[in-house]
Amino acid sequence: MSGMSRIVKTISSVAFPFVLIYGLYIIAHGHLTPGGGFQGGAIVASGCAMILVAYGSIWTMGKIKEKNLSIFESFGAIGFIGLAFFGLIFGAVFFNNYLVGNKYFFGEKALGLSNINTAGVLPLMNFAVGLKVIAGLFAIVLVMAYATSKKGGETK
Amino acid sequence: MNMDTILTHSPALIIAVPLLGAFLTPLISRINDKLRNVFVILTVGLTGFLVSLLSYDVLINGKIHTYVFGSQDIGSPVVRILFEVDGMNAFMIIIGAILVFVAVVYSWAFMKENTGLDKYYTLILLMAAGMFGMMLTGDMFNFFVFLEITSISSCALIAFWTNKGKAVEAGFKYIVISTIGALFILFAIAILYGQYNALNMAVLANSIQSPMTFLDKTALVLLIAGLAMKAGIVPMHMWLPDAYGRAPASVTLILVGTTQASLYALFRMVFTVYGNSLSLDAEPLRQIGEVDITLNGLLGVIIVLLAIITIIVGVLMALKQSDFKRTIAFAAVAEIGYMFLAVGAGLWAIGTTHGMMALKGGIFHIINDALDVGLLFLVAGAIYYATKETSLNKMGGLARNMKYTTIFFLIGLLAVSGMPPMNGFASKLLIYESTYLINPILAIVAILCSILLLAVFVKVFHSAFLGPKIPRFNDVKEVPKSMLIAMGLLACVIIFFGLFPDLIVNNIVDPAANALANNSNYISQIIGGP
Amino acid sequence: MIYNIPFIAVAALIMIGLYAVIFKRNLIKIVIGITLIESGVNLFLITLGYREKSIAPIHTGNPEGIMSLPVPQALTLTSIVIGVAVLALMLSLIIHIYRHYGTLDVRKLAKEEDEE
Repeated sequence: MSGMSRIVKTISSVAFPFVLIYGLYIIAHGHLTPGGGFQGGAIVASGCAMILVAYGSIWTMGKIKEKNLSIFESFGAIGFIGLAFFGLIFGAVFFNNYLVGNKYFFGEKALGLSNINTAGVLPLMNFAVGLKVIAGLFAIVLVMAYATSKKGGETK
Repeated sequence: MNMDTILTHSPALIIAVPLLGAFLTPLISRINDKLRNVFVILTVGLTGFLVSLLSYDVLINGKIHTYVFGSQDIGSPVVRILFEVDGMNAFMIIIGAILVFVAVVYSWAFMKENTGLDKYYTLILLMAAGMFGMMLTGDMFNFFVFLEITSISSCALIAFWTNKGKAVEAGFKYIVISTIGALFILFAIAILYGQYNALNMAVLANSIQSPMTFLDKTALVLLIAGLAMKAGIVPMHMWLPDAYGRAPASVTLILVGTTQASLYALFRMVFTVYGNSLSLDAEPLRQIGEVDITLNGLLGVIIVLLAIITIIVGVLMALKQSDFKRTIAFAAVAEIGYMFLAVGAGLWAIGTTHGMMALKGGIFHIINDALDVGLLFLVAGAIYYATKETSLNKMGGLARNMKYTTIFFLIGLLAVSGMPPMNGFASKLLIYESTYLINPILAIVAILCSILLLAVFVKVFHSAFLGPKIPRFNDVKEVPKSMLIAMGLLACVIIFFGLFPDLIVNNIVDPAANALANNSNYISQIIGGP
Repeated sequence: MIYNIPFIAVAALIMIGLYAVIFKRNLIKIVIGITLIESGVNLFLITLGYREKSIAPIHTGNPEGIMSLPVPQALTLTSIVIGVAVLALMLSLIIHIYRHYGTLDVRKLAKEEDEE
């Protein structure tokens, strides 16, 4: 699809960082307030889809190849499974929450009014899942928009 | 890191190792192609080693393994997700491990000229992880999540050859029916959760009492309907011929495994979760005149009726097909009918010796059918690789050029129709004998349809392999070595099971059937006996 | 009586979704029907966790009162994610089918298949 007019492109470029910050806030505070990995990732992916609609899919596909998005997605997934395996090595069971109780890194227990430095492995898993969801949903929308455009449809 | 720790952690490692392999495959395939193939075979081989370790301990030593995720102890109201491995689970993961290993070895050469192979191997490892998760879990919602993982990856693999329109259409049909079935299952899980505040299978089995409430009956009907949709039982079998017939042959092999995992889940729900209302001293549902209608009698009759219709429809439709793989797919539908018939007869006559024999025959037939139909699909794939032809009308005279493939097809033919000395004979003999004692008509239908299956496959053998030479196929060579090794592995296991059925029934099938018929061991492992 | 309205809505959503899947001919309408059934089942899961006069189940800085159950909310989130993945897959397959056959009508697709 081709892009939209200059006014739309400018305003969506101005609005995109706010959407990004809001989505990352929801990912980061997933263990204290409603939210978490999937919800925040879906918000950031909607912001990226707004950029895609404003600038056109052919221009966006030229800037961001789909292979790079696939690397991000793999890193998110490996981070999640790696944290679960570390639970097997450092704790005693798969998926064990082994970071609760130490003093330096996400150690305290979360109860009542708490800060972000709590609840062990959960914020790290939220980040991994958020990265994977951003890359995955953006790749789906990008490939579908490119495949139905004139240039993408020619490769049969 | 000695054998004991690996054995304790093996239920979690069986699903974690394919998952980690699936996420690492896109990164490794950027480096080299051969390295990726070797990595996938190593991952599947490691999973097979873990499966054999776990199933040896469960089946021979008779111990039920429990694995709690996230903590060491089970806890008094059971809140964590846990995997529980008893005899029936160990039986099913053996089937899964054999099928996945053979499929990956086969696709080394079969898929070599295709592009997009890194996505293919990622999806195969994801499908393997989902299938093992379905077979091992002890929690209802966890089962639903693994069911959806398996059906999404298998739909993407069925539509893998996107340049042909028919494969994409088969994938679409599969995903629509599969999603509707899974949503029915989720609805039933929600009903049971709302009533008992428990998602664990053992806790639910303890709470469902003998006069079932109306919500229990609704949940049972929805569960059976949803799982029968996924298992391919008539009248919900429409997706099976298309999906099995148009997918790549190695994908069809693993698809057979996932269909049987859904059938296993149906047996687990009926026998274990609703087990308290099936025993001999349960209260009858209703009394008409002097006859009690008990739950096991009513369910048994309905299951046996559906199974008879499945067998008849499968065999009759297989007679008139002209496409190689669709014929085998309809034969697979008929074989699922046999398993369903045997277990339904076992449910109808629960507690008696011939009921137990029917249950053993049905469970033994699960592994036999996976091996036989799998070997036939691999032969069909080999013929497609060599001649690029799928229609039976255009083939002929291939036995001169492809000797080994002909021998493997002969072994598969004898095994599917239940001829000695193959393994199909042993399990079908158990089914014939036990269903005759329950009702003679069932045994007569079963024997007749076996003979019709033999007729179908002799026709296929004649038109594909025998007959005069067709000049177009003059320089057709034998298929590459990795495909021959894969088919040879399956044929060796078939002949071994056929020659020593006693060994297999006593060591592998008996613990599975005993674990299914009596759910008190399953419950007391989690909740603790009185 | 007012607490029964979500359950009636669940039944209505599932019936309309099943009607769309069985009786409609356009492929996209079948996909919309599946999305309706899935929305109905998600609504049913959340409604099971409601307690009368309850507050949201959050620990940080909450007022007094009993909380509604958080477990069905987690189950519903998982189900929504699965629904998104299935929807993306079905729409990609529809793009391929349209590129191949040029039509989205189920009966025309079935007729083309019988002729081959």
